[in-house]
Amino acid sequence: MLKGKKVIALGERDGIQGGAIAACARAAGAVVVLEKTYCFV
Amino acid sequence: MAEKLDREEVVVLLGTPTEDASRLYAMTVTTGDPSWAGALAGVALQLPVYHVTEDAVKAEIAPADYDEHLALMAMAMDVDAIAGAVRRVREGHDA
Repeated sequence: MLKGKKVIALGERDGIQGGAIAACARAAGAVVVLEKTYCFV
Repeated sequence: MAEKLDREEVVVLLGTPTEDASRLYAMTVTTGDPSWAGALAGVALQLPVYHVTEDAVKAEIAPADYDEHLALMAMAMDVDAIAGAVRRVREGHDA
């Protein structure tokens, strides 16, 4: 499901951050095309 | 950007902390922003969306990577409720 796919990683500061999602996606063989961490404070 | 990509090769992964936030994000990248507040209001991208803690995603992440990057925050989330909310949007039952 992830290998070879283009991943859009939408993280949130109070949850899992975009960088963490992107790191896992890359390690699983995906290409991360967008990585964001949103903050609603 | 999403409109330039082939939907078949794109996956959106969410790291949202709650069921409500997950539903909102998932709807925004599928049927369009339900709050009608942002640029994706009325824009149905129909992208496949998963929460990063869902079993289908977790199964493809090496346990060491999951433990290092995701496990701690996942323990503080209601991952079952979040997975259900995102799945309903993905399958078109909550759009």
